[in-house]
Amino acid sequence: MAHDYSYTKQKFKVIGTRPERPDGIDKVTGRAKYGADATAPGQLVGLILRSPHAHAIIKKIDTSKAEKLPGVKAVLTCADLPDLTGGNRDLQNILENCMARGRALYDGHAVAAVAAVDAQTAKKALKLIKVQYKALPHVTDVDEAILPGAPIIHDWVFTRGIDPAPTEPSNISQRTQFGHGDVEAGFAKADVIIEKTWKTEQTHQGYIEPHACLASVGPDGSGELWVTTQGHFTFRNVCSSLLGMDVAKLKVTASEIGGGFGGKTHVWMEPVALALSRKANRPVKVVMSREEVFRASGPTSSTSVDVKIGAKKNGVITAASAELRYQGGAFPGIWAMLGAMTSFACYDLKNVKTVGYDILCNRPKVTAYRAPSAPMAAFGVESTMDMLAAEIGMNPLEFRLKNAAKQGTRASYGPVYGPIGIKPTLNAVKNHPHMRARLGKNQGRGMACGFWFNFGGQTCVDLNVGIDGTVSLTVGTIDVGGSRAAISLIAAEELGIPYEQVKTNVADTASLGYNDMTEGSRGTFSTGMATIFAARNAIEVLRERAAKMWDIPVDAVVWENGEARATGKKHGNLPRLTIKQIAAKAGNTGGPIAGHNEVVADNAGVSFASHICDVEVDPETGATRVIRYTVVQDAGKAIHPDYVEGQFQGGAAQGIGWALNEEYIYGDDGRLQNPGFLDYRIPVCSDLPFIDTEILEIPNPNHPYGVRGVGETSIVPPLAAIGNAISNAVGVRMDHVPMSPPRILKALDDATSS
Amino acid sequence: MHHVRLSGQLRSAADNLEVIDVTADTIRELLFNIAERYPQLDAHIEAGIAVSIDGEIYRDNWNTKIPPDSEVFLLPRIPGG
Repeated sequence: MAHDYSYTKQKFKVIGTRPERPDGIDKVTGRAKYGADATAPGQLVGLILRSPHAHAIIKKIDTSKAEKLPGVKAVLTCADLPDLTGGNRDLQNILENCMARGRALYDGHAVAAVAAVDAQTAKKALKLIKVQYKALPHVTDVDEAILPGAPIIHDWVFTRGIDPAPTEPSNISQRTQFGHGDVEAGFAKADVIIEKTWKTEQTHQGYIEPHACLASVGPDGSGELWVTTQGHFTFRNVCSSLLGMDVAKLKVTASEIGGGFGGKTHVWMEPVALALSRKANRPVKVVMSREEVFRASGPTSSTSVDVKIGAKKNGVITAASAELRYQGGAFPGIWAMLGAMTSFACYDLKNVKTVGYDILCNRPKVTAYRAPSAPMAAFGVESTMDMLAAEIGMNPLEFRLKNAAKQGTRASYGPVYGPIGIKPTLNAVKNHPHMRARLGKNQGRGMACGFWFNFGGQTCVDLNVGIDGTVSLTVGTIDVGGSRAAISLIAAEELGIPYEQVKTNVADTASLGYNDMTEGSRGTFSTGMATIFAARNAIEVLRERAAKMWDIPVDAVVWENGEARATGKKHGNLPRLTIKQIAAKAGNTGGPIAGHNEVVADNAGVSFASHICDVEVDPETGATRVIRYTVVQDAGKAIHPDYVEGQFQGGAAQGIGWALNEEYIYGDDGRLQNPGFLDYRIPVCSDLPFIDTEILEIPNPNHPYGVRGVGETSIVPPLAAIGNAISNAVGVRMDHVPMSPPRILKALDDATSS
Repeated sequence: MHHVRLSGQLRSAADNLEVIDVTADTIRELLFNIAERYPQLDAHIEAGIAVSIDGEIYRDNWNTKIPPDSEVFLLPRIPGG
């Protein structure tokens, strides 16, 4: 059945309420099963040997002693993982990242693995593997990686996006450019121009649950994988491609997830666990340590960004440009491209140009982190916006309002905007009591805006009505932030039944059609859309069954408030049939009652946020404390406001940690110095104020309920909002994130001495 | 006839043109027609491409109709976090 995607201004009964999430009790009582919580008879412990070198040729791996150790059931090197990719470079990169192939490309790169009967034996076996390395020159800094003479990471990487195509390999994997108009002419018209370079250090998503899986492959080639992931269908497809397995013969079950934020959209040790299991003919469980998570999963880029913005004294921006250099670790990525696309997306610019350089260096393969690449670009742009506003003597909020994008604006990344919400978020900030609150000594207030795209994708939902009239929903997008509650609310709304009558379950890959990952803020948007359509299909079945029970034409039956009602003079006096009554007779009216839908849900709607931040800086220590924080964001319709607010707060909290403390610190030897939460400091509750939120509900015209993606945008503004607040508190402009105590102290000292 | 604008990265695969004129009723037809005319774009389409129609970004649904006089923009497919 074809369904209409359009927003219909439907009046809601349960959408917008705040029932408890179905997984809440299990999660707070420890019953929830995460990646490391599965067991299987005869399971082995898998451990991975990792390179101590930032860059080295692997001359020889001698596994003979490890193989002879009693209790060791399998030892694995790249020789056990032949290249079955058919020349697909993306897959080859994933394979090489899972297990080094002749060269270790970063500190922590996997070089071998063992499976043994217990952890002690596995650890002993790792020590018995002898690897002969020949250390090579390395580079870990994004700007140093493109200097002449920098060690070339891959001789097969030639910069894409340059005409004519280069003939020498380079650490710049691609150049991308976006924009329109004539920036030079625009700058020539400006009264004031601010031009500055901004740097951000590499951060990790910091999910509390490390990567973990239980893999089991039998001699018939069939396998199962229990894993913490944002996308078990994608993991199935990638793992089966790398290992030469049939997709249908690998069943992947997603565990509960202890945070992902993009970092669990990618396979790391899961193909190795499957290969170990296949070799040992036993189930193998692999759980990364925190150190391994930092050294060898996928953090976000460190960046170096040049921003130039010019404006007239009346506050109109005449031109804006940025050159963005993002390191993607040891494999080509698209991270600078995303920065180049998002950097000026909040503004209505006649002349704009952004150029992105994706850069390789000897660090772990970068992967997505919540609105990937947008926060670093926004740090440079939104900080420069404040500097420019100060220079022309304009309130920074009014300056942003004057230049904000609107319907009909050509976005800096190309298309013309439809209805968008940047101005409403800025107006909400302007009117928010937070903006009028008094500040004390060494305190300052800053604000900043942020943008993210949001996406939909392939989605599939089964809805089954039980014999008691309760409803079981089977979905394929894993729940990272309360989506099971939101999806249940949607089914309840459509069917006209209480929320408590619906249970949403995440299916394994053998039980439902393909679903894209929970990424791009798509979970509630896409699965919600498929649920609406599946419920509408089920209602058609319920009407047919009621018609049979009454023995009247189906056209005379309508569905209202969870009941079938007969209409017309002839049948209108029939007593209504509840979903429970119809379900109880399903066996006599045609069998099980179900609704199904598969959809490609495009048009999740772009999203904007504006944040307000108050900080207090201790001039003696350089320590910054966030004392008040407010997030204003357009969410479209908030299905479950608690979990929308939770997303806003979570993104802000991660952004605050990124802004103030978090950073990968590499030594001169190219090794990561702080792979643990003691030395890599994420914010804890006592570091944060209550994060206030204001949800703006500007309906997405392309979703029946008006839903937009909400999960990512809130991490975009905090870096700049905090930088602006620090500047207003103590008068120093911080151009390097994290704005940690030593950096602030140095800036204060420099300001005093100058 | 649609005036299809290309983002910077895609222009280099289409004779450095910023705008190309294409007749197409759907995204599928659009992509087929431009790949036929500019074979180097095929690799970009294989790698993943997004089509913006009047500001709405479509990544997957190639059955989507392209209304007459709509603004069409091709850009690289983008992942999320």
